Amino acid sequence: MIRFDHVHKRFPDGTVAVEDFSLEVPSHQVAVLLGSSGCGKTTLMRMVNRMVDPTSGSVWIDDDNVADLDPVALRRRIGYVMQSAGLLPHRTVADNVATVPVLEGSPRRAARRRALELLELVGLDPGIADRYPSQLSGGQRQRVGVARALAADPNILLMDEPFGAVDPVVRRDLQRELQRIQADLGKTILFVTHDVDEAFLLGSNVLVLRKGAEVAQSGEPSQIMAHPADDFVAEFIGGPRRRLHTETRDGVQAVIDAEGRVTGFVDQGAG
Amino acid sequence: MRWVVANWDQVVSLALNHVLLSVLPILLSLVLSIPLGWWAHRRRTARRVLLSGSGILYALPSLPLFVILPVLIGTQILDPLNVVVALTLYGVALMVRSCTEAFDAVDAGVRDSATAIGHSPGQRFRVVDLPLAGPPMLAGLRVVSASTLSLVSVGALIGVPSLGYFFTDGYTRSFLTEIIVGIVGTVVLALLFDALLVLAGRLLMPWVRATDTRREDR
Repeated sequence: MIRFDHVHKRFPDGTVAVEDFSLEVPSHQVAVLLGSSGCGKTTLMRMVNRMVDPTSGSVWIDDDNVADLDPVALRRRIGYVMQSAGLLPHRTVADNVATVPVLEGSPRRAARRRALELLELVGLDPGIADRYPSQLSGGQRQRVGVARALAADPNILLMDEPFGAVDPVVRRDLQRELQRIQADLGKTILFVTHDVDEAFLLGSNVLVLRKGAEVAQSGEPSQIMAHPADDFVAEFIGGPRRRLHTETRDGVQAVIDAEGRVTGFVDQGAG
Repeated sequence: MRWVVANWDQVVSLALNHVLLSVLPILLSLVLSIPLGWWAHRRRTARRVLLSGSGILYALPSLPLFVILPVLIGTQILDPLNVVVALTLYGVALMVRSCTEAFDAVDAGVRDSATAIGHSPGQRFRVVDLPLAGPPMLAGLRVVSASTLSLVSVGALIGVPSLGYFFTDGYTRSFLTEIIVGIVGTVVLALLFDALLVLAGRLLMPWVRATDTRREDR
């Protein structure tokens, strides 16, 4: 379980990134922080592994206030995946995946064996183990990033726009892969994104954030979609793009959005 | 050539001396510049002092420095240590800037992610900053190596034996062959050192070649 208790963050230059934020992410659940850039969502995430310390308020993991934990030890037991994957460019794929186990004193050979297993788990050919990150595609790098985050078998994963830098097709693959892994492993995941579809696909609980990490609305995806709390949320999750109706066009039932554009067709076999 | 054969023993012994006098300053300037460069990379005041200081240091003419050093550090005037200390100063003067800029150039995102996954500050320095700063540092060290090998010759003027002796001796005797031997010998040593440094770089930093995008032969 991750719990934010009235956290507030003011940076030394005076900008307030987080006004007053509270949240509880139950164990084995995926919570998504959804908002545009600069809304404070990354700052919130980085409070969990103490990359940022809140100015006031506290962050708890189970019964521990993270402020009382050693930051290095804390970070090693939390998986972290970021947008550019953040891999070490001078270490091979296997060494990258094995980073945390090796830092924790695991013997090299065991760490390598584990790294190869993890590559398979995230859908990669273990044959790429001795390549360097720059020799991989963007999608492969992100998978390696996920494998590395899982290496020490953490209970918690922090994912900061992990699929933001890859093309839409690869992104969908990665999202499906993450769902599959999550179904197996049941981690507690805090996921940050500005992509509405991604948030609604992955999150059991989604928080739409305004500037200063103010929660505009939180709840299950279907609930937010059906009943946006205000214009800000409605606009953010798609506005007219989400208000759909059907018309018959060229003899088939077409789905039309509020601006009159065809966005899809009703599947005649369904229902 | 006949002169070289006749004086082969002297050529070898002076070349050896030349090497010994150069190796220590080259290694010392690397070892000293890494912490200084890290310091300058981290602290703005240290950067200002070290980088402008090193510029001034390098501008000092070498011969007066060789002469004045014994007074400053209490050595004999003919002590080879003077040459070693002076050349280390020049090496550091060049190398501090290389190291500072090498640390500056390490990708901030990589550094940040290394911290985020649990490297302690010391581990991050050893596993991330130092190796990633390695290639530009090596480039700097190759300059230091060439510069040191040529500056060692100046020591001959104060009687510290090296291949530079052939310049002074050849000059006083107006004997061109001897001067040419001195020059060629110094150049050969400089090339040899450079090759060794490049080789060491390949062994210590295997990723540089493996990921070089200019070699599209995969």
